[in-house]
Amino acid sequence: MSSSATNLDDLISREYRHGFVSDVAADALPRGLSEDVVRMISAKKNEPPFMLEWRLAAYRHWRTMTEPNWSSVHHPPIDYQDIIYYSAPKSRGTRPASLDDVDPELLRVYEKLGVPLKEREMLAGVAVDAVFDSVSVGTTFKAKLAELGIVFCSFSEAVQEHPELVQKYLGSVVPSTDNFFAALNSAVFSDGSFCYIPPGVRCPMELSTYFRINAKDTGQFERTLIVADEGAYVSYLEGCTAPMRDENQLHAAVVELVALERAHIKYSTVQNWYPGDKEGRGGIYNFVTKRGDCRGNDSHISWTQVETGSAITWKYPSCILRGDNTVGEFYSVALTNHFQQADTGTKMIHIGRNTKSTIVSKGISAGRGQNAYRGLVKILKSADGARNYSQCDSLLLGDRCGAHTFPYIEVKNATAKVEHEASTSRIGEDQLFYCRQRGLSTEDAVSMIVNGFCREVFKELPMEFAVEAQKLLGVSLEGSVG
Amino acid sequence: MSALLEIRNLSARVDDKMILRGVDLTVNAGEVHAIMGPNGSGKSTLAQVLAGREAFTVESGQVRYDGRDLLALSPEERAREGVFLAFQYPVEIPGVGNVYLLKAALNAIRRHRGLPELDAMEFLALARSRMKAMDMRDELLYRPVNEGFSGGEKKRNEILQLALLEPRLAILDETDSGLDIDALQIVANGINALRSPERAMILVTHYQRLLDYVVPDFVHVLSHGRIVKSGGKELAQELERRGYGWLEADADAAAAQVPR
Repeated sequence: MSSSATNLDDLISREYRHGFVSDVAADALPRGLSEDVVRMISAKKNEPPFMLEWRLAAYRHWRTMTEPNWSSVHHPPIDYQDIIYYSAPKSRGTRPASLDDVDPELLRVYEKLGVPLKEREMLAGVAVDAVFDSVSVGTTFKAKLAELGIVFCSFSEAVQEHPELVQKYLGSVVPSTDNFFAALNSAVFSDGSFCYIPPGVRCPMELSTYFRINAKDTGQFERTLIVADEGAYVSYLEGCTAPMRDENQLHAAVVELVALERAHIKYSTVQNWYPGDKEGRGGIYNFVTKRGDCRGNDSHISWTQVETGSAITWKYPSCILRGDNTVGEFYSVALTNHFQQADTGTKMIHIGRNTKSTIVSKGISAGRGQNAYRGLVKILKSADGARNYSQCDSLLLGDRCGAHTFPYIEVKNATAKVEHEASTSRIGEDQLFYCRQRGLSTEDAVSMIVNGFCREVFKELPMEFAVEAQKLLGVSLEGSVG
Repeated sequence: MSALLEIRNLSARVDDKMILRGVDLTVNAGEVHAIMGPNGSGKSTLAQVLAGREAFTVESGQVRYDGRDLLALSPEERAREGVFLAFQYPVEIPGVGNVYLLKAALNAIRRHRGLPELDAMEFLALARSRMKAMDMRDELLYRPVNEGFSGGEKKRNEILQLALLEPRLAILDETDSGLDIDALQIVANGINALRSPERAMILVTHYQRLLDYVVPDFVHVLSHGRIVKSGGKELAQELERRGYGWLEADADAAAAQVPR
């Protein structure tokens, strides 16, 4: 027992591998938030009046709101006037015309993270829209996508080039007044990704965005909007890493998905932001609103997330099953180590008839990590024949961590079928010894057992992502068994 | 030539309970030793201590394996050095494909031995050929480790691992328990096929019946944590006829004579 405990401690105390700061000259606004700051952001981005109005309305509403306190996460109060709301890396000219124009230091950062930004380095079939702090620096494969009528660009670009699409869909799933963090995001979001798949088009490659927080004390407010028109299909990947920081950084993103009739959107996230050190200092506060609207009949939205980073994760990727025969899915792995806290889950709102939802949540707690699943399954009166299946499993490593499950179920239609299963287990000494007796190190054994625990979720991820997620789990977990 | 395994005066406890009380045993390469004894005599403990199970504390004694201090090695180092334990109760690992564990184990050992790792195709070819010998269905490769396996399938899976990992010292802990006669035959054939001049085996068993199929070179009787009698294969037959009682009485008498 004693020697394995020592190994585990070593593993748990592994430092964050992506912790480096790159020296890129940033063009930043002063600290704090006011109407003027909102106006400046909009002006810097040369936005049309409807955007400014939308931001201002969000800002005014946000000022009347208070931070939510219903989740089980704890942190010192956030001073919203001590945050820099806009920071863009400088580059020659106003916008890089090609990757050759991008700050080489920036490209080096991505290389260290293993982001295949340059086309020649790219895995076949993956287009990357890289977001560095607040402005997109390079988009690949855009031309190829354009042939199919697919729009895949930074949000700023979409505002300039496709304002009618932005105006039609922005805020139609997550209104600017939805919640405290969504309102804040709506007021100050600096950039993000935009994607539109025209009717009947199946996007031939996985679309991918890497987010990265870089400049010190910069809150990052991303906004992603994906619209799949009738009969369209898209698989979208989002991956996140951030360098090491001593102070907590706020990340409040909003993701909106719109699936029209027979459309299918698959959204996958691997989130590996800086989780703080082993004493619980620093780390990202990740307060994210993600929601998909199955607006048309027979549409399908699937969320898959692997959350291993951030000091605090607060996110509930949800599906509004509005159309008849629509399908919503949520597959989640959330890992907390050291002093990390995760409060995550989903909301499945059944409105249409014969709507189906599936929830598979795998929580892993190690160190002093706290992991909560919080989910709502709501079957409205109109949702004849609705079905839900939920499965929430928790795995504990060590005896100082915690797992919590808060399933809420509201059923207003007697024809609905709702199933909920939950389990909590520990990695057994027997399992570990068995693997080690076969020659595997403790580290590899833990990683293998945990990956096995997450298998149902990982199999939902696209291949390259699944491999990355498994490695990431091994690295960030590396540790802890009781 | 020195022995592959030399156990000297080995004592071990779990919590406050002494289980092994001075075991002596020498095993040479190429030999098959059977360790027999009644329930609670310490057979399984001996097997687990040799494999490095940390729930047991070694109080005193030495174990030399291939000239090295075995007790100083971690369980995974022992495994990589060629010590294999076939578990009495093989452990289930949900979600982990059997093929994944087998390949990871084989490659961990190959790395340690300075051999190139096998890729998926090479590994599958090897695993399939070994499985045929064990009369195992390919499907078991893709099921989660031991999950939903029948008792017989679990034990065959252990022998499959033995065949793949090619250890120098194989310890089989009650591999015969819970097997019907057909499964016992298959497992025994598997074990016999793995006998070789370079490899030593220790069969821990309660009953004599495995030894009808796998004929040992030596038989030892463990009682109250000590080897109280050793002999050839005929000792097993004597035990089958007479039970363990007569040896236990001797052991108690011997224990009474030990100066305090």
